Formats: sequence, C-alpha cells, structure tokens
Amino acid sequence: MTGMARLTCRVNGEEVRAEVPVRRNLLDFLRNDLGLTGSHAGCEHGVCGACTILVDGVTVRGCLMLAVQAEGAEVVTVEGLAESGRSAALAAAFTARNALQCGFCTPGMIASALEYIDGGGGPDRAAIRAHLSGNYCRCTGYQAVVDAVCDVIGGAAK
Amino acid sequence: MKAAEFGYLRPGRMEEALQALAAGEGAAMPLAGGQSLMPMMNFRVAMPETLVDLAALAELRGIHDAGERVVIGAMTRWSELMASGLIAAEVPLLARALPEIAHPAIRNRGTIGGSVALADPAAEVPAVLLALAGVVVLRSLAGERRVAAGDFFLGHYETARAADELIVALEVPKARGLRHGFHEIGRRHGDFALAGAALAVAVEGARVMEARIALFGVADRALRATGAEAALRGAVLGDGTALDRAVAALAEIDFAGDIHASAPMRRHLAGVALRRAWAEGVA
Ligand SMILES: Cc1cc2nc3c(=O)[nH]c(=O)nc-3n(C[C@H](O)[C@H](O)[C@H](O)COP(=O)(O)OP(=O)(O)OC[C@H]3O[C@@H](n4cnc5c(N)ncnc54)[C@H](O)[C@@H]3O)c2cc1C
Ligand code: FES
Ligand code: FES
Repeated sequence: MTGMARLTCRVNGEEVRAEVPVRRNLLDFLRNDLGLTGSHAGCEHGVCGACTILVDGVTVRGCLMLAVQAEGAEVVTVEGLAESGRSAALAAAFTARNALQCGFCTPGMIASALEYIDGGGGPDRAAIRAHLSGNYCRCTGYQAVVDAVCDVIGGAAK
Repeated sequence: MKAAEFGYLRPGRMEEALQALAAGEGAAMPLAGGQSLMPMMNFRVAMPETLVDLAALAELRGIHDAGERVVIGAMTRWSELMASGLIAAEVPLLARALPEIAHPAIRNRGTIGGSVALADPAAEVPAVLLALAGVVVLRSLAGERRVAAGDFFLGHYETARAADELIVALEVPKARGLRHGFHEIGRRHGDFALAGAALAVAVEGARVMEARIALFGVADRALRATGAEAALRGAVLGDGTALDRAVAALAEIDFAGDIHASAPMRRHLAGVALRRAWAEGVA
C-alpha cells in the first residue's frame, strides 16, 4: 500500500504500462502523462462532461475515475476516435452545422453522441437531448449539436 | 480540485475487504463507482486514508431472482439495472426511477450500493426502497445483518451502516399487483431532485387498501409521508378530496430550504410531485 501503483491498459489501441500515483485521476493521466490533451478538464467533479471518454466501450467521466481503476481496460479518447475514423461523420456534421464554437465541450459531446448513435438511438430530439444532458456547452445553445447528431442518424427528425 | 493522498487496495476476496475496513478504524472507505466519492475527494470533503476498491469482488455484482424477492448486488451499476429484464418485470418502480438518475456516463459507473451507502437526501433509490419495503444487507467480520430500508436512512448522509460494514446487496419484494407512481421535479434532466415522490399502492376493486408514499429531495433524508398515507388509506379511486387531504398532510414534514429551493417551495413541489405520481400510476 504505497502512493504509487503499476498500471497496464490499452489507450487508443496501444498498450500502455506506467507507474502512477494512486490519487491521479484517469483524465490527468491521459493529459499529463500521455500528452493526450483532447479530453478536457472543466469542473473535475463530474458535472460538465468535457472529460467524457470511452472505457471498455461505454462513456465515463475521466475526472471521476482513478487511473489505477483503468487496469486492464480499453480506453478511447477523442484522438483515438478521430484516428480510427469512428467520429468522422460526426466531426463533419458538427462542422457543417456549426455545432461548436470554442470547442471545449466537443470531445465529450462526440463521445456521448457516438454512444447514442452506436446504441441505435433514433432522430428523436428529446431522446438526444436526454442522452447529452450531462454534457454542458456554454457556446452553441445545443440546438446545432442536436441538428448534427440528427444529420448523422439520418431520417426525419421528430 | 485534486484528491489528497490515500492508500489504495483492490482486494480479490470479501474477507480481505472486510479486514481492510476493520483495520482502517473509520479512515478506510469503500470505493464503488466513485461517482460521488471522487467529487467528494476532489473537494476534500472526504479524505480517506485508505480506499478499498470493491471492483474485483464479483460476488457483489448481479441481479438475482430469489422467488418472492429480487436480490441486487451492491456493485450493480445503474446502466446494468436499466438493461435488466428482471428489474423491468418485477421491480417496475425502480425501472421507472433509473432514467432520472444522473446522466449516461455517470450511470455507466455509479452503483446502487454506493447510492444507498451515501444516502443523499435527493437521491431517488432510497425513496424507492422505502416505498417498496426493501432491505439492506450488510456484512462485516462479525457476520451479516439485514436492515429494513425504513430503519436504514437516519439523517443527512447518515445511515445505520457502521464504518466496518459493507453493503453487499439490496433485497426488494416483487411488485405483486401493486400500482406504482413516480415523479421528480428538477431544473434539468439528470439533476438531483428539488422534490420527488415514489409510490407503491395496493388497490382492491376501486378502494385503496394501502399506500406507501416516499419523498426525496425535500428533507434531510428520504422519508415516508405517513400522514398522506393515512389520508389515502381506504379512499375510493377518483375521489379527489382524499388526494387533497394527503397533500395537506405533507405539512407535518420538516422541509429543508437551501440555495436551490426554499422550504415553502419544496412543500409546494412535494405536493405537485405526489399528485403527478398518483395520476401517473394509481388513479
Ligand atoms: C453530475 C452528477 C449527477 C448525479 N445525479 C444523481 C441523481 O440525479 N440521482 C442520484 O441518485 N445520484 C446522482 N449522482 C450520484 C451517482 O448516482 C452515484 O453514482 C451514486 O450516488 C454513488 O454510487 P457510486 O457507486 O458512484 O459510489 P461511490 O462514489 O464509490 O461511493 C459513495 C459512498 O458510498 C460508500 N460505498 C460505496 N459502495 C459501498 C458499499 N457497497 N458498502 C458500503 N459503502 C459503500 C463509499 O465509501 C462512499 O462513501 C450524480 C453524480 C454526478 C457526478
Ligand atoms: S471535468 Fe469531468 S465532468 Fe467536468
Ligand atoms: S463550443 Fe464552447 S462550450 Fe461548447
């Protein structure tokens, strides 16, 4: 029981082995230890959603998970989503719809929106809003974000 | 906004976890989903010497059909409960409450045991357990004990759990023909409630035989509205005056006021939540 622990996990498809302070959260580990600064630190208490990433295929708050809790996990950040092409359609729709201004919320929005789309969510504006309810945007007013998600899903928006 | 130093353990066996909690003499805390404890540590409201991560204890996970009851492991996540056909079929009041809890990314990590242990006065599930007469199963080195939900939530973030005890499971009786209603009032979807009501009501013919009414977000803890229950017992469905009397009886509750809502506002909203929950599931 020391202040440090060994960590082995996969980040954006690559194996990572590290020695980390147990008090370091996963978000800080990604940003400061691995240099993956796409995940943003807004509130550090789970409210804003800017740190949202995928762990073992589902969205989580990077600020509410210790790095050591990612032992054996598959972590995917916005960098990984972009490199693999998984977020390409969303990124194009966000650009076309002006769904970002400062871009601070965007990496978290993309992760949450992708979870909704890949989970089979339809072009139902209320359901999209409910799914993105934990991602705060201080610029766009959300309308354009919902438009972009609907564009990717296709079909008439309800 | 960073947590203070702590030691971290991830025991693979229940016995080790219980030993670590006992040895910590109050300074060791279980870590479940971390969706409340991590913010508390980042704010330094919680500064445990040791975190005992429950993630490797497989026996704390899962939802089981135990005949008359459904047994839910403490480490079962909100998202797992939402995906469960057993919960949807046998504990519909819980299924109804789950989408109101937080947001998807938080539901992917947060656990039912963590919520019950924390006893946030605005949390949904303590009220659901009160309405359904659920039981909290606790274990320590001294053995296991079962505490009725009604005896578990004692005050502001205060429960009957001792520091060396783990919540291992929640037991909930199956619905068995009860009618259920649930309504929550908050400023945004996923926020903690300003007021909410969870109801389990036994109806025979058109008569209310028993109404269990639990409120959350209104006082120092989730609680039964016993005066309102008495006002509805024996009432004929559709008799609006009984519901009016039930709402009036909420005056007996010691409503809390804070920056989110004053006590009179909460009293008003509790009445609205009760009426809407009743309309949704009972009348
Ligand atoms: C932005 C945000 C919004 C939220 N909104 C809501 C909401 O609307 N409704 C709601 O109910 N919750 C809400 N939550 C809280 C969330 O549901 C938490 O997941 C839950 O309350 C605690 O569960 P956890 O597994 O994360 O517990 P943790 O945070 O790990 O632990 C919480 C506490 O319980 C103790 N503990 C945990 N498990 C056990 C156990 N098995 N035995 C004994 N003690 C244990 C811990 O030591 C700690 O003191 C919200 C959280 C956030 C960040
Ligand atoms: S930084 Fe994690 S939710 Fe705000
Ligand atoms: S684009 Fe600025 S916060 Fe969303």
